[in-house]
Amino acid sequence: MTTTAAPAGGARNGAGPEWGGFEENIQGGGSAVIDMENMDDTSGSSFEDMGELHQRLREEEVDADAADAAAAEEEDGEFLGMKGFKGQLSRQVADQMWQAGKRQASRAFSLYANIDILRPYFDVEPVQVRSRLLESMIPIKMVNFPQKIAGELYGPLMLVFTLVAILLHGMKTSDTIIREGTLMGTAIGTCFGYWLGVSSFIYFLAYLCNAQITMLQMLALLGYGLFGHCIVLFITYNIHLHALFYLFWLLVGGLSTLRMVAVLVSRTVGPTQRLLLCGTLAALHMLFLLYLHFAYHKVVEGILDTLEGPNIPPIQRVPRDIPAVLAAARLPTTILNATAKAVAVTLQSH
Amino acid sequence: MAEAEESPGDPGTASSRPLMRDLKAVGKKFMHVLYPRKSNTLLRDWDLWGPLILCVTLALMLQRDSVDSEKDGGPQFAEVFVIVWFGAVTITLNSKLLGGNISFFQSLCVLGYCILPLTVALLICRLVLLADPGPVNFMVRLFVVIVMFAWSIVASTAFLADSQPPNRRALAVYPVFLFYFVISWMILTFTPQ
Repeated sequence: MTTTAAPAGGARNGAGPEWGGFEENIQGGGSAVIDMENMDDTSGSSFEDMGELHQRLREEEVDADAADAAAAEEEDGEFLGMKGFKGQLSRQVADQMWQAGKRQASRAFSLYANIDILRPYFDVEPVQVRSRLLESMIPIKMVNFPQKIAGELYGPLMLVFTLVAILLHGMKTSDTIIREGTLMGTAIGTCFGYWLGVSSFIYFLAYLCNAQITMLQMLALLGYGLFGHCIVLFITYNIHLHALFYLFWLLVGGLSTLRMVAVLVSRTVGPTQRLLLCGTLAALHMLFLLYLHFAYHKVVEGILDTLEGPNIPPIQRVPRDIPAVLAAARLPTTILNATAKAVAVTLQSH
Repeated sequence: MAEAEESPGDPGTASSRPLMRDLKAVGKKFMHVLYPRKSNTLLRDWDLWGPLILCVTLALMLQRDSVDSEKDGGPQFAEVFVIVWFGAVTITLNSKLLGGNISFFQSLCVLGYCILPLTVALLICRLVLLADPGPVNFMVRLFVVIVMFAWSIVASTAFLADSQPPNRRALAVYPVFLFYFVISWMILTFTPQ
């Protein structure tokens, strides 16, 4: 195959405009013939040649016939001249190297860089997303046979991003200065961490308890369960009444938790296992909403709080900035990161 | 860039790479964003110079003026950069996964160029902040940011909507909405001291 390929490839050197792009890469000469002598590779063939040869071969495979090959052999004899057999042998080696490399590269590419792996999980219609959002708030009573969970990732992913946006929106913006960067990272980390982490943990528990649920289904279930969280936080960040929050926490949070619990119960056998799995999920889900409303706010207020004293609360990410310390140290403040500032302030206060 | 590259070995043409031509292309795309109508100029000749300029401008202007005051705040340059580019990449992946027939860099190009109205909003906000602070100040800034936010979304939808299957446009536009919302929030809450 390769021996006939080589002369056939050689014939195409005189094929005019197709080689135009190729020759510019090599020498920038004006001829349509590859000038083998001027290449560094003294065997007369190069890696790029092989690539181009294969491309031409594939394109003109259907047109190859005996007359072509016969005519090519004469030309090839003329063209290669003294290189002859040695050139052909090394060309075969380069050819095989090219094939192997190309195979490996395309395999690696199709494995890692192919987003088509995820494509089936995004195959949804807006109507389906809307109906699933509404269903995530309605617990189903039938727990005797496994309930269907839609294995899609668009809805959950969008809900996680929406939760991030709501958390950011809920920050007080009136008078205090906000370090947007830190808050952004915290918000994204919290939401994605919860979604991925708790899903994995519950999936692990489900594996222990012999529940019939896949990782994708768990991700989808928990993702849609965040819809209740989004609603509650959106309302209570705008209307700041603790009583209202508790009401919504129980009602809306409870409904979405009940829905998830019902689905899991329908897929688990045995009272102990059901209790373990569903109890864990319910506790984590409800406590997360509580945390988002109270403790997250506290963490944020610790960041937002202006100077009150030299003490730094342990949860605060940004230390209070005391100019005296920095002026005394005569350090440019821009190069000090948060840790260095915290250390400086602690030393100052001692 | 979308045009063919000249080989560096070619004598005589390498030194005269037309900078003005590229700048004119970028400026033309800015005009297309400011007056959005259905055209595929942004898609056909995509380039990432405009998004880069806008992102750097945004990140620089969201820095704080004085760094050793008490109320330190203002996002670091890298955070804004990362948010803008990873947000754009996420939206692009999402629209491709939903079945859009737009290429990766075309989508990045459109999303980056449509940050222009929000950058203008940031400039206006900084001018407004030179006046004395108060609720009126905040309302003016809020109004400007909301208008520019809507403008960004309309502009990007005008370019991106055609590349999606018609029944899934809402699914592709929603993350764009979230993305520009986050950027608008960063702009609105920025107060240099």
